[in-house]
Amino acid sequence: MATSPIPSRPQGARGPAVAFEGVGKAYGTTIAIDTICATISPGTFVAIVGSSGSGKSTLLKTVNRLIEPDSGRVRIDGQDVAGREPHRLRRSIGYVFQNIGLFPHMTVAQNIGIGSRLATGQTLASDRVGDLLDLVDLPRDFAARLPEQLSGGQQQRVGVARALAGEPGLMLMDEPFGALDPVTREALGEQYRALHERLGLTTIMVTHDMAEALLFADRVWVMAGGRIVAEAEPAELIAGGCGAEAEALVAVPRLQAERITAMRSGG
Amino acid sequence: MPIDWPRLTDLLAQHVQLSFAALGLALVIALPLAIWSVRNRTVAGITLGFASLVQTIPALALLALFFPLLLALSALFGDAISPLGFLPSLLALTLYALLPILRNAVTGLRSVEPAMVEAADGVGMTGLQKLWLVEAPLASTTIMAGVRTAAVWTIGAATLSTTVGQPSLGDLIFAGLQTQNWTLVLEGCLAAAGLAITVDLLLGLIESGIAHRRHARIWGAAIALALGLALALWPAPQTDRPVVTIGAKRFSEQYILARLIGRRLEAAGYAVRYREGLGSAVVYRALASDEVQVYVDYAGTIWTNEMQRQDSKPRPQMLAEIARWAQTQHGVRLIGPLGFENTYAFAVRPDDAKRLNLRSLDDVVRVAPDFVFGTDVEFLERPEWQMVQKAYPLRFKARRAFEPTFMYRALSLGEADIISAFSSDGRIAANGLVVLADPKGAVPSYDAILLASRSAAADPRLIAALEPLVGAIPVEKMREANYRVDRDADKQSPSDSAIWLDRAISAKTEDKNP
Repeated sequence: MATSPIPSRPQGARGPAVAFEGVGKAYGTTIAIDTICATISPGTFVAIVGSSGSGKSTLLKTVNRLIEPDSGRVRIDGQDVAGREPHRLRRSIGYVFQNIGLFPHMTVAQNIGIGSRLATGQTLASDRVGDLLDLVDLPRDFAARLPEQLSGGQQQRVGVARALAGEPGLMLMDEPFGALDPVTREALGEQYRALHERLGLTTIMVTHDMAEALLFADRVWVMAGGRIVAEAEPAELIAGGCGAEAEALVAVPRLQAERITAMRSGG
Repeated sequence: MPIDWPRLTDLLAQHVQLSFAALGLALVIALPLAIWSVRNRTVAGITLGFASLVQTIPALALLALFFPLLLALSALFGDAISPLGFLPSLLALTLYALLPILRNAVTGLRSVEPAMVEAADGVGMTGLQKLWLVEAPLASTTIMAGVRTAAVWTIGAATLSTTVGQPSLGDLIFAGLQTQNWTLVLEGCLAAAGLAITVDLLLGLIESGIAHRRHARIWGAAIALALGLALALWPAPQTDRPVVTIGAKRFSEQYILARLIGRRLEAAGYAVRYREGLGSAVVYRALASDEVQVYVDYAGTIWTNEMQRQDSKPRPQMLAEIARWAQTQHGVRLIGPLGFENTYAFAVRPDDAKRLNLRSLDDVVRVAPDFVFGTDVEFLERPEWQMVQKAYPLRFKARRAFEPTFMYRALSLGEADIISAFSSDGRIAANGLVVLADPKGAVPSYDAILLASRSAAADPRLIAALEPLVGAIPVEKMREANYRVDRDADKQSPSDSAIWLDRAISAKTEDKNP
């Protein structure tokens, strides 16, 4: 994967900085996110973890305006996202989500090329589609296939390729590998992390799997009740002292790992 | 009877034009409405509710309702809006086709998965791009299913447009039904069904082509449909002779007389078209607006229906008043009476007449509580019935309405005991029915009268070609001509019967003027 020609950004490029400035959103009386202030420095891989309903997806979607916050603003490289037309903003940001959302009536190549078709009316050159398929480790002849002919893991690889096609600096991933089997999930996570580094991206990934967050992210935000209750590097979280919610989430993979180790030495 | 192919293909072409136009217009209206409905619940409630409401109105009634509406509009806007023929048919059929298209389109668009919408938003589609690139393609099979339903309905319902003067395959069905010519009915039905099935199959190919992304299939079927429409739109060979449109109401005598008039005009060098099967309320309007140039009506009908008169006048005075009224109101010329009358004649079975000693309507008053009254579909609503009731206190056990053809059957079969027959009908004599006298003169005179529209009246050659028909048709000859078409065995077509009648009356005229 790393040896393929670069179908992407100039060497050494860095993804943008992202800043949340007092971002809040409520649905009726239910507060989804509660005036969140946080910043992400360029080129960082941030994982947002938390239980269901903690507000992590809502927070993520305020970045590409799939959700409009009631208060506060989100800035990308200092520029308020509210100042840009939603569809133009979204074309400049990669978006991958759990349901994948490949268009079933379009081939893999057409799915990958959709951003180019939207922006310029041109289909994406087949070389470029091939490069993107290389990037996500899919055979080039998949270009002509329909999504229904692919496995879930292959579909999400196409989903990632589609998100990368517009050469975004920022990638938003909403439980991107949540629906995949553990082996595929691990492999895809690993490969995406490598891509993140090679392409110099800024990535915000929402996940409910703390192990995934610890293994792939530079920084982990723990959310509960619409607030960020802990923010740390993976190593700090494992070391402990980041609060009860973080402890509870970290405890799960740690305990699993300990049990497996015990079983191995015991057997 | 051999199939009249030129007529069949002409009617088929008109049928295709009408139903395709209605379907096309319905698509143009329903699809944007569906998109709007999907985005707005209030709009969805209103549009789907309206389309469903329209669907509860019988197609025949819907067609008829457009007549007064368009009549009012044409009074406002003049000749551009015609209350007859293509326009009312198009509007009624379009309304009818709305529901299946609208409902399926709304269902199809609503069933697009939220993940598709999120993906479309996520990749940065504008609302329009999302609709065009994602929602419409994903909903297209459901939408096509609705279009197919609408197409079949429209083609079927288009047969009814005959009643408002739009030629369609319904001409064959209505004419066949009235003259009990089942071959003709079948011909019309099979042609309409064949057309509906063909269009449905082609649309089905498009539907499956969309579902399986087979572009060749979609284009093939679309081209076949387009070719069919192009053929239907291909102009008929132009004639350099002036064209006269002859109207006819929906019973045998009218079909025969229209053909007789047609023969005479063709002999005089005119090209003729027939608009047959028109409702009685519609046909005079068609003449008044010059869409029909010539037809035969009956003095009493014009007197009561058009002039709204309730009184009875002696025959010559009545004809003179009608002539004056039609001339001043609509520029319509009364060429003259044909020489026979076709009035409402109350008829009973001969055995009843003998057993109960029935000779006149006065006698019926006595037995009415035991009698079932069979009428044609319009009689009970007509002023003549009010006039008869005023003169004779008739209280029947029950009333049943039939198409005229079936009324005679009903009397023979005992389903009715007295019927409002037509005095020129050959079946009265053939069945030995007893016609009851009207001693109080309640029913006005129903002399058959030849009417010409404003433009026809201004053509002396046309009037000269038709004037020999005035006073030339005695009632016996008309009855015989009617019976040739109405009898069960050895039936003739109205045009064959018209040939017979033409010869019969020509012979008579020659006898008179040696």
